[in-house]
Amino acid sequence: MNSKLPITSAILTHRFERRSFVMGALQGGVGVLLATRLGYLAVAQNEKYQAESESNRVNLTLIPPRRGWVIDRFGKALAANRADFRVDLIPDRVEDADETMKTLAELLALPPDRVRDIRDRLDKARGFQPVEVASSLDWDKFAAVSVRLPELPGVIPQRGYSRFYPTGAAVGHLVGYVGAASAEDYEKERNPLLITPGFKIGKDGLEKQFEVRLRGVPGARRVEATASGRIVRDLGTREDVPGKPIQLTINAGLQDYAARRVGLESGSVVVMDCDTGDVLAMVSMPSFDPNSFSDGIGRIEWKMLSEDDHVPLRNKVLRGLYPPGSTVKPMVAMSFLEAGLDPHATVNCSGGLRVGNRVFHCWQRRGHGTVDMAKGIYQSCDVYFYHFAQQLGMDVIAKMARRLGLGQEFPMPYPGQSYGTVPDPAWKMRKYKKEWALYDTVNATIGQGYMLVNPLQQAVMASRIASGREVMPQLLLNRNAPPPKSMGFRQDHLDYIHAAMSEVVNGRGTAGRARIPVDNVLMAGKTGTAQVVGLNIANGKSGAWKYRDHGHFICFAPFDKPKYACAVAIEHGGGSGAAYPIARDVMTYLFAPDKAVAVLDEFEKQWGGNVQQRMANSYNSFAARFGGSAPKPVPDDEDLTERVEAGRKPDLAPTDAQTDAAAPRAEPDPPFISVPSPPSPPLNPPLSQGGGQ
Amino acid sequence: MPQAYVPAAISRQPWSVLLPLIALVAFGAAVLYSAAGGRFGIWSATHLMRFAVFLVMAMVLARVPQTLFRRMAIPVYVALCLLLVLVELIGGIGGGSQRWLNLGFMTLQPSELMKPGIVLVLAWFYSVLPVGEVQGWRSVAPAAILLGIPAGLVMLQPDLGTGLAITFGAIVVMFLAGLPLKWFLSAGAAALIVAPLAFFTLLHDYQRKRVLVFLDPESDPLGSGYHITQSKIAIGSGGFFGKGFGNGSQSHLNYLPESHTDFVFATMAEEWGMLGGLFVLLVFGLIFRWGLKVANNAPDRFSRLLAAGMTMTIFFYMCINLMMVMGLAPVVGIPLPWMSHGGSSMMTNMICVGTIMAVERWSRAGPRGLS
Repeated sequence: MNSKLPITSAILTHRFERRSFVMGALQGGVGVLLATRLGYLAVAQNEKYQAESESNRVNLTLIPPRRGWVIDRFGKALAANRADFRVDLIPDRVEDADETMKTLAELLALPPDRVRDIRDRLDKARGFQPVEVASSLDWDKFAAVSVRLPELPGVIPQRGYSRFYPTGAAVGHLVGYVGAASAEDYEKERNPLLITPGFKIGKDGLEKQFEVRLRGVPGARRVEATASGRIVRDLGTREDVPGKPIQLTINAGLQDYAARRVGLESGSVVVMDCDTGDVLAMVSMPSFDPNSFSDGIGRIEWKMLSEDDHVPLRNKVLRGLYPPGSTVKPMVAMSFLEAGLDPHATVNCSGGLRVGNRVFHCWQRRGHGTVDMAKGIYQSCDVYFYHFAQQLGMDVIAKMARRLGLGQEFPMPYPGQSYGTVPDPAWKMRKYKKEWALYDTVNATIGQGYMLVNPLQQAVMASRIASGREVMPQLLLNRNAPPPKSMGFRQDHLDYIHAAMSEVVNGRGTAGRARIPVDNVLMAGKTGTAQVVGLNIANGKSGAWKYRDHGHFICFAPFDKPKYACAVAIEHGGGSGAAYPIARDVMTYLFAPDKAVAVLDEFEKQWGGNVQQRMANSYNSFAARFGGSAPKPVPDDEDLTERVEAGRKPDLAPTDAQTDAAAPRAEPDPPFISVPSPPSPPLNPPLSQGGGQ
Repeated sequence: MPQAYVPAAISRQPWSVLLPLIALVAFGAAVLYSAAGGRFGIWSATHLMRFAVFLVMAMVLARVPQTLFRRMAIPVYVALCLLLVLVELIGGIGGGSQRWLNLGFMTLQPSELMKPGIVLVLAWFYSVLPVGEVQGWRSVAPAAILLGIPAGLVMLQPDLGTGLAITFGAIVVMFLAGLPLKWFLSAGAAALIVAPLAFFTLLHDYQRKRVLVFLDPESDPLGSGYHITQSKIAIGSGGFFGKGFGNGSQSHLNYLPESHTDFVFATMAEEWGMLGGLFVLLVFGLIFRWGLKVANNAPDRFSRLLAAGMTMTIFFYMCINLMMVMGLAPVVGIPLPWMSHGGSSMMTNMICVGTIMAVERWSRAGPRGLS
């Protein structure tokens, strides 16, 4: 500046005065800046910050809505809710997972396998996706956790409602189950309700299909909370709106009875009202307990279910495909009648029939002698059907099979049903590029070869034959539904078939012990035994379980005024002898529940308890064997669905064209074939039931 | 205040600073009372008590003659430097950074005392520097050493905020001492170039993060940005008239961190609104105006530099704190004078005020006696 001039004290004082003025100006400038900023924040942006302050202050806690009930046709609960105490973990808020789990395991007395399951889920869970620790707690345990909350960050104890299935495994496949929403569910919906502890969404079956209807609207609790989450005061609560119930056509008692009656077998039972098509029971056993699935699937439970060769995770009613065996014979006979065949036309059965250069055997190698249509049905004579099927052709039979429901899709509220196959020449050409051969017709008439059906289709077939109406299976109750229209069959044709089917049970037929022990109610039915492997591997009656024949039975009652129709399919039961006693008892339940229950109680003593007890025993033995160290980790959500789906792949579909004759399997109870005599009512079931002949 | 027409015992008191100070401290106590959830004993009582104690200390300081100030400048400075080294050593032994000495009855932060200390020693230095040397290197090299030692020690602790405050106080004194303007301009230019380099090399990770978060608070809403965000919410939601005394949800529900210390202004603004904020700015303005007026009326170079330096030290506190709570500066942990709850800052600021009051006394005495 003034470097040339000598600096004097006066110059410095003057400089100080100027520069201190600059300082003052700086202070003033900063003051104005600060005041401006203050105005900008407090006045210009006041609304924004006020909103943010409010969202800080007020904490909105969603209250999961009570889920709509699933009730049966009489209003009895198949899926309900019960109030309970529960404890969840919010992974993001947990500070020391090991320490927290140790404390919780102590307070709640959790077994080691459960602790490991929770740890696995905790590691996998994302952010704020709650992980269930325990539900249905008693007050003492709940209180024990609640008082120690300050040292357990991320632990949320609360009271709420949890899903409850009163009949457990009996409705596993029918109703499905619920579970905590997965990360994928949340990504799809972006609904904060999904990550509210205690909220469950439908994971399978009707619970999944009717999620929107069942869910309801969540309630909310507004509280003033501190930054650390401590609640200062309640600002108000909005009640939840419970989900709407759905009423099924199911008869809960019958459903439970049928599930229990299947016993140790692997099979399915479908009961329908043949006037309306209402499905009264739809059972696939063994099954899983939706109650314990809804808490999350534990490692031991998963191991137990996935290693079971009776595939408890497959809904066999809709996804099990079986060759129907001789149960198609009333249908085939109906096609003959409609095609103009005289029912009194006979054929001589000498135990086999030459077709082309092959001999097709009747199951009765000794032969049935002279056989007309009725005898062809009640004695299940294969030669009768071989003979006339060749005359009338496959197209006639295939058309009738489809009319009666085989190979048909029904609009049931379940994804991924299997529809099976009704083969005909055009189908074979499409699928295998091969000409239809006579032996294909012959195989098809006895329900073997390419023919595959599911148990629901068999029940529909039985219903349509019984009522002569075009019934469709109904699962959702609609009391005002118009009655199904007639199939257009001639009444005398129906009567003829009904009489022959009644003879199967009440006369000289193959299922004499299927008579139901109720006065004035006669049941009509048809047995079926379907081979699983050729005779060169196994005889179908004994030996390795998976090589045994499937047993089928279709029936309706009362035979002269059909009301109920039923189809039973027992996998590897060793023949129809495994199926019809079950059908008999299930149908008995509809007319005389006491008698049916008495029979079942006897059985359950031999089987080692009812379904729940047997599952609990099996679980305990697995738990004892593998403990907390069950080697197979529980699959996560998507994986589980995949695994269950894999278990449901339609089985048995032949990949190669079949060229061989199917060997018809022995149908009946031997004592009743050779010596046709008035059957004695089989009130006391034989002890060897279900194990083949 | 027209001192001449009021009884001498009363008019002798420096009312033009005492009244604003009392207003500010009382207001601060009220805000602390509310921040404590309506309890007086937690923060307000100690706040008022400290003020009383340090006010007495300031009054005593005001009676110290200039000669003693001059004589004590170097010994005080050396003692403080030794304390800083001591703190550094204790921290090194204890493993980790320590900034205070435990004296039993209170904890002493030597770096706090260094803020007025550096002003004192530089004011003394420039008062003894021959007038002709002001334009030469002899005017800046010793000052740079006097500044470099304590500033370096404080930055080592590491305490960036205090280090900057000390540096700021020193530069203000050098500026007012009349050093050539072009030096400051070129130093400023150099700082602009060095600052980015220092940012990436000298700063600790957490300090760098604070700066980055300051530039974009939303990038870390739950970490370091949380302070700034919550502070802005508190100030912004207060509006012009505030939510009312005792109704600040941000501070009462603990969303605002440090609501009684560094962010006490946000606590105040939430309840008293922009009106309260303007009041605080106005009161500070009165104090600074008084301080600079005292400096301009001071009888000699030493007292001029001393008073102005002390004023600017207080100003730096206020300026950085208010800019921080309003999101204009990174979070550096500097409290707001006379409002934040805390002993060290109260002591420092009262030392500054006491020193300015002393200068005011010397200038009143000056015309009467010999200089």
